Amino acid sequence: MSELLLPPEHRYAKIIKERLNEDGSELSILNLGPTHPATHGIFQNILLMDGERILDAEPTIGYIHRAFEKIAENRPFYQITPLTDRMNYCSSPINNMAWWMTLEKLLDIEVPKRAQYLRVIVMELARITDHIICNSILGVDTGAYTGFLYVFQFREKIYEIYEEICGARLTTNMGRLGGFERDWSPKAFELLNTFLEEFPACWKEFENLFERNRIFIDRTVNVGAISAESAMSYGFTGPNLRAAGVDYDVRVAEPYSSYEDFEFIVPVGKSGDTYDRFCVRNAEVWESLSIIRQALAKMPEGNEYHANVPDYYLPPKEDVYNNMEALIYHFKIVMGEVPVPVAEIYHAVEGGNGELGFYLITDGSRTPYRLHFRRPCFIYYQAYPEMIKGALLSDAIVILSSLNVIAGELDA
Amino acid sequence: MALENTQIQDKVTETFGESVMHFRQEKDIFTFEVSADKITSVILFLKNEETLNFHFLTDVCGIHYPDSNVNEQFAVVYHLHNWIENKRIRIKSFINGETPEIKTISNIFLSANWMERETYDFYGINFIGHPQLKRILNMDEMISFPMRKEFPLEDSGRTDKDDRFFGRTPSNC
Repeated sequence: MSELLLPPEHRYAKIIKERLNEDGSELSILNLGPTHPATHGIFQNILLMDGERILDAEPTIGYIHRAFEKIAENRPFYQITPLTDRMNYCSSPINNMAWWMTLEKLLDIEVPKRAQYLRVIVMELARITDHIICNSILGVDTGAYTGFLYVFQFREKIYEIYEEICGARLTTNMGRLGGFERDWSPKAFELLNTFLEEFPACWKEFENLFERNRIFIDRTVNVGAISAESAMSYGFTGPNLRAAGVDYDVRVAEPYSSYEDFEFIVPVGKSGDTYDRFCVRNAEVWESLSIIRQALAKMPEGNEYHANVPDYYLPPKEDVYNNMEALIYHFKIVMGEVPVPVAEIYHAVEGGNGELGFYLITDGSRTPYRLHFRRPCFIYYQAYPEMIKGALLSDAIVILSSLNVIAGELDA
Repeated sequence: MALENTQIQDKVTETFGESVMHFRQEKDIFTFEVSADKITSVILFLKNEETLNFHFLTDVCGIHYPDSNVNEQFAVVYHLHNWIENKRIRIKSFINGETPEIKTISNIFLSANWMERETYDFYGINFIGHPQLKRILNMDEMISFPMRKEFPLEDSGRTDKDDRFFGRTPSNC
């Protein structure tokens, strides 16, 4: 049977041939993916199984590789933001803001406090959507569909806020160099306030459904545990690392966009298993809500929403149509004819899944010389075979969804 | 208190002498270069030395410099991070353009495994001693290394995107 699934020179084919169990049964191969509904993304795992127990796994990725790094080397800076959207598409505003902040670091642009706070709000909203997806899908994979349907209406509410801010919902392409493309409308704040009022009750109920649920605990505790040392060696960051008990958070270690102004705790777990990852994400949602409230309360007066950098910030449309200077600036910025220093910088933010880094090398031309994305998913997904060795197939699915592997971020 | 650049520079030069060079503070990260044959020992030293303690590998990636001389046409860049002192460093290692190869660090940091495979996939840099050096994002049958600068993104026959019209030279398009 296995020769139908594997070429004869594959190492698993050899193992199967050599090892016969005493009762005459043999090891088998199971193809999990590339398009299996339970993996929530396009990636394949060839599993070597003894009955229902996984002995070894070989992941194959790259099914939705879109060559973003190559494309980025041929695009002016403004055209790279839509590429970043499509990496972790569950929290695209974080990617967008990270890219703008990378450029602002490159060009030494000081963003006004109010715009920074608005950015914090939208990034925390994105983190909430990311965690909503991860945790509710984890519920679906353990057999609890209700929680997923219940909290997903609030992801919709957050998308309505994005829509009010930038006009898009999933792949947002939000913001500009130095701030936002327009001020947030009163409607956006209204939607935000409604969300802050209604969501906590829902999230509390979601937590109650799962955190002390016997079935959920049986399915997740001690499943896919990883020690802090091995998580660090595998390059884990974000909630998955914190679940193993290491309190590394880029928002605290290297505050960007005024995160130092807000008080929040970094939730950590202990055993690094699936249950801890679930709880860390749950707790982070509460922290995100608190950060958003603090940002709204501390929001400076006025309506400043972008830095005063006419060289890089697109002029208002009515000026472009009626004013020669503005038209020239518009043209120059769109064509990428802006002064850019020769430099190498690395900027990291705390994405939904961990440290999202942009390593940018410029040579003074209108496109990056090299742009490398440090994608947290790509780096920690290589620990997956190690984590599922000896587990049951159904556990492998649960571990995968608790790691929150997003295919877009895996492949870039 | 904090780990100073000079401290890192002193420790590293003391141990490796001529093999480490060009220490500089780039915009945000302290950067230096290491000759390719010493890369594993330098990274192992940075990881294990008590005061330096760069215990986390943030990133590995390649860069292509086709215009440099033949011994420096590829660079492999390592970003290391010391979380306790909150200090990042960047290490660049230049390698030969015709037979690009460098030793693997996947035995020091497990996370380097896929990052090196990615670098191999896109630049064709051979990581000596890597346990499973094969393509990761592109398909196995591919014969080219697409992130090298000689591979154009678009059809080179296109004339509607000529950079001469925008006051740029062909080299920086």
